[in-house]
Amino acid sequence: MTTESFAAILRHRRRHPERPAWMEQPGLPAQAIKTVVIIGMVVAVAYPFLLCLGTSLASKDELAANGGYVLFPSDPTFEAYRVVLDGGVVTRAATVSVGVTLVGTLLSLLCTISLAYGLSRPGTTAGKPLLLLVLGTFLFTPGIIPNYLVIQELGLLDSYGALIAPTLLNAFNIVVMRAFFQGIPDELHEAAKLDGAGEFRILRTIVLPLSKAVIAVVGLFYAVTYWNSFFNAMLYINDGEKLPLQMVLRSYVLQGDTFNAKALGVAVLPSSTAMSMAVLILAIVPIVAVYPFLQKYFVKGVLTGAIKG
Amino acid sequence: MSAAASTSPSSVLPHPPPDDEGPAGPGTPRRQKGRATAKTVKRPLRERLRRDRTLLLLCVPGILYFVVFFYVPLAGNVIAFQDYQPYLGFKESPMVGWANFQALLQEPEFWTATWNTLEISAVQLLLYFPAPIALALFLNSLLSSRTRRFMQTVAYLPHFLSWVVVVGMFQQAFGGAGTVTSYLNDHGIDVGNLMNNPDSFIFLITSQAIWKDAGWGAIIFLAAMASIDNSLYESAAIDGANWWRRIWHVTLPGIRPVIIMLLILRLGDILSVGFEQILLQRDNVGQEASEVLDTYVYFHGVVDGDWGMSTAAGLMKGVIGFVLIYLANKAAHRLGEQGVYRR
Repeated sequence: MTTESFAAILRHRRRHPERPAWMEQPGLPAQAIKTVVIIGMVVAVAYPFLLCLGTSLASKDELAANGGYVLFPSDPTFEAYRVVLDGGVVTRAATVSVGVTLVGTLLSLLCTISLAYGLSRPGTTAGKPLLLLVLGTFLFTPGIIPNYLVIQELGLLDSYGALIAPTLLNAFNIVVMRAFFQGIPDELHEAAKLDGAGEFRILRTIVLPLSKAVIAVVGLFYAVTYWNSFFNAMLYINDGEKLPLQMVLRSYVLQGDTFNAKALGVAVLPSSTAMSMAVLILAIVPIVAVYPFLQKYFVKGVLTGAIKG
Repeated sequence: MSAAASTSPSSVLPHPPPDDEGPAGPGTPRRQKGRATAKTVKRPLRERLRRDRTLLLLCVPGILYFVVFFYVPLAGNVIAFQDYQPYLGFKESPMVGWANFQALLQEPEFWTATWNTLEISAVQLLLYFPAPIALALFLNSLLSSRTRRFMQTVAYLPHFLSWVVVVGMFQQAFGGAGTVTSYLNDHGIDVGNLMNNPDSFIFLITSQAIWKDAGWGAIIFLAAMASIDNSLYESAAIDGANWWRRIWHVTLPGIRPVIIMLLILRLGDILSVGFEQILLQRDNVGQEASEVLDTYVYFHGVVDGDWGMSTAAGLMKGVIGFVLIYLANKAAHRLGEQGVYRR
């Protein structure tokens, strides 16, 4: 192929069908820069994942030969996962995290849906002051110590309740959900009322089935908060049995605590790097697993809250 | 609802009969009637409460939650003015007026924390704040909706990871034995352990924040960009504006209200900088470089038991943040912008 025909091909590159008529075709350098940025972004996000995943799957010898980290293990082994999930500290912590996340998300959704619906109908008695009470939580934070004293006063220290209560409700999520409920056409409401349905019944049979998207998004936000939080555990939990996964991850990965063969119930341990990376991957897996399903909804959710709030 | 209801025949009645709210059977649109007239003829409170009882009942758990876990602790800030003794509780602890605040202002560690907080905030305002805008401009420039969706998926994902995971990942790359560090060492560049270096700590946490949240922050700018009228671009292009001038004269002015809104919110938050993120790395770089107001409150209050003084620090931080957001909003209004809330 001659240089000339190559240049001709470049000149007659297919115009992108979505490019409006007035928009100039970008030059080659611009295209190249865009491609580089795209690749750079993908690498910046994917590399740490792959590094941790690869290392968690590598064998002790391979890690030693490669300076401690392996991106693509030649002979993947699940040994590290088998050991950490074999009924030791990590297994216990993962169970706590799963339990707290499930129970917490359920409670959060129940309270958020009912409060958001209660505040969503226009002209409700005391609706305005109650809404202000919710919005007031945006303006100020009570502070770590008063929060601590309330949890202590309620006798929640060292209990699973202390892992749920501090993040049970979030005003932002209530605003998002309320805005969504208010977007449901009034005619549906009117019709249901004429048919004799009470507010509770309307909520259950009309509003909720129409609000699956927003419930999914808000549920995701709550679940992620519960799953990811470590400070509440650090503040309120002393009992090692009740520590969530993030705390255990912190002690192994960031504080350099060594895995105790006895606590894990095995005789010979795999590489400790592989094991801490296995814990890290365990802390990511649930999020990466639900993320693609919910992604199409959450942009909408964020924006409802941002614009209508 | 009110618009539809006001056209119903019942609302034209000047004085609805008193037994209007009586025990009407199912199928009677009594509530509708009650709502419509509520504006003109104010019904007795008890009647309105009865009408709205289901809705109000639905509010009870949530409101109760906010009272117990937000407003009670808010009031609990009174211990900032007490010599708080845990065994006495805040009812019995002696009031000491402003003594805690006075002691606090003479504490050098408090000033270190304040200074660090402001420094980190300033650097993040300069480096982190524009990142989502730049990213949104980039994503907005991608024509193919498939590529754009894919890149959005990639960019939003890190937001959902916990700080423990993010810091852990950075450790694997930039720690003393990390992959990037060893690579640089092998090529003759000695960066040392970036995770332990107090001097570069501020840039470390800023890049972590950008990695984790720039994509998420871009969502709101992208939406603002999507709502810009396309004909503006078209006429700008016809007038000879190239892509850069279109960004400068069309896109950026189009998203200005959003930028200003977020800037105001950021100003209100100037005294809170990534608490969990910094707490996790405080041991690595030492408190001289990493102590911020929130970690100061935590370590002096909960860990060292100096309740009154650290609550005073927390309260001061909250009040200053509140005042800042109020002033910034006022300034925005004066400049003819919408701000966060309307007057």
